[in-house]
Amino acid sequence: MDLRLLIQFLIIFAAFFMLVNASAVLVLAERKVMGFMQQRYGPYLVGPHGMLQPFADILKLLMKEELRPKGADKWLFTLAPILAVTTAFAAFATVPFGGETTFFGLLDQPVKLGAADVNVGVLVIFAITSMGVYGIVLAGWSSNSKYALFGGLRASAQMISYELSYATALAAVIMLAGSMSVREVVDSQAGTWFGVLPKWYIFLQPVGFIIYFIAGIAETNRAPFDFPEAEQELVAGFNTEYSSVRFALFPQAEYINMVTVAAVATDLYLGGWHGLLPFYTPLDPLIEQWNIGWLVFFAKIGGILFFYIWMRWTVPRYRYDQLMKFGWKYLFPASVINLLVTAAMVLYFNA
Amino acid sequence: MPETLLFYVLSGLAVGASALVIGQRNPMYSVLLLIVSFAALAGLYITLDAPFVAMAQMIIYAGAIMVLFLFVVMLLNAPQEDAAEWDRTHPLRRPGVARIGIVLAVLLVAELGWALAKVASLEGAVGGNADGAAIASVREMGRVLFTQYSFAFEATSVLILVAMIGAVVLARREGDA
Repeated sequence: MDLRLLIQFLIIFAAFFMLVNASAVLVLAERKVMGFMQQRYGPYLVGPHGMLQPFADILKLLMKEELRPKGADKWLFTLAPILAVTTAFAAFATVPFGGETTFFGLLDQPVKLGAADVNVGVLVIFAITSMGVYGIVLAGWSSNSKYALFGGLRASAQMISYELSYATALAAVIMLAGSMSVREVVDSQAGTWFGVLPKWYIFLQPVGFIIYFIAGIAETNRAPFDFPEAEQELVAGFNTEYSSVRFALFPQAEYINMVTVAAVATDLYLGGWHGLLPFYTPLDPLIEQWNIGWLVFFAKIGGILFFYIWMRWTVPRYRYDQLMKFGWKYLFPASVINLLVTAAMVLYFNA
Repeated sequence: MPETLLFYVLSGLAVGASALVIGQRNPMYSVLLLIVSFAALAGLYITLDAPFVAMAQMIIYAGAIMVLFLFVVMLLNAPQEDAAEWDRTHPLRRPGVARIGIVLAVLLVAELGWALAKVASLEGAVGGNADGAAIASVREMGRVLFTQYSFAFEATSVLILVAMIGAVVLARREGDA
């Protein structure tokens, strides 16, 4: 087989493997960070410092009995978790996670890190993410349970409302970069302004980044926007009737979506694999020289994911009408204004 | 050759799913099959070198509009479509409206057959698209949309606006402000 093809397969497999593991690691990270914030240890018994807890969690979930409510829709009840997790994996397909690298001289010619490089990459990510809502909605509907149905309804309403702001924030970045390929957007952020500030789009699009991040939290149904699974109101929301492996797929999809949102934020706003810190450091040329931009990329994703978890244990949940009001009356107009101002600026400075 | 195979698979999927949409008793399944049909159409656009149109199809139709459909179906929570009295009788013995529908369906099938007969060979229709490269570039597409096709574009937006206002007028109850 062609060596390049084999390497590409390996990269795709690595990305897949990374996402599978990321969901397990994030469960542990979430519990550890939560423990840290509440001045306790978190899981501590399985393995050193509780590091093997994910294995125990997964084993427990696999051994449970798989239940299906009597009135549930046979096909859709099984299809829903599969759909949720498939779209979560697929959305990562066009997210590049590193520049050209030879893996410390292991390969004789550099390869690009990323599953696929499509010239409408940003749109592909957005299209597949918007498919993810079907998994949750169908789970809510097919369970034949009132609480689950309410969870599904909330999920669809919430995701439609925040998808608009999400897409509008992304459109501003696309205009700045003049390309819809994620890799080209990242590479247009290489270099620095005045030798101090890296050319990240977060400095040109501070409002856009905040809008993207808020909408991203709402899209992944995380606190403070976790209405589809609000415990106090809906038992467990759309996944109330699920157990065992079918249940496990929902949190997995949620964590993979978190990774995707963080990776897209890193690619589009934080310079991807260009520049480690938000100011110039002598390390930056070394990173370019050693081709270890992908490590920098993962460090940035880790930072964003920590922020995500931090948010969850800090900010209380909103009320449902507040969520809708905020999405349509504040976030969406703000993103439209941001888009118009960006368009005017691009026209003015490029003309 | 793989492109031709892809064409047959995707169009078969689109036609099959669309046929099943109207064949379902459960509106939920109809909505889902319609999404399958839209996704297959998006795949066809990709084989025609129009990835932007394909993604717009996925985002707008399969993503946004069908979620709204699903939302409405869930809110109504209609597990079964109401079957009318005459629903189980022979198609030709149903009331007038249904008969007109049948005539239209026959006409549509005849037209489709005629159109397909006019296309000399299906191979040519699949592969050789002259302006495919132009559609591929989003910049080019925007330019064409706002210059050459600006009238059609504006007319469509006015049409959608009229439909929206009509829906608001119809949905508004008497006595509301």
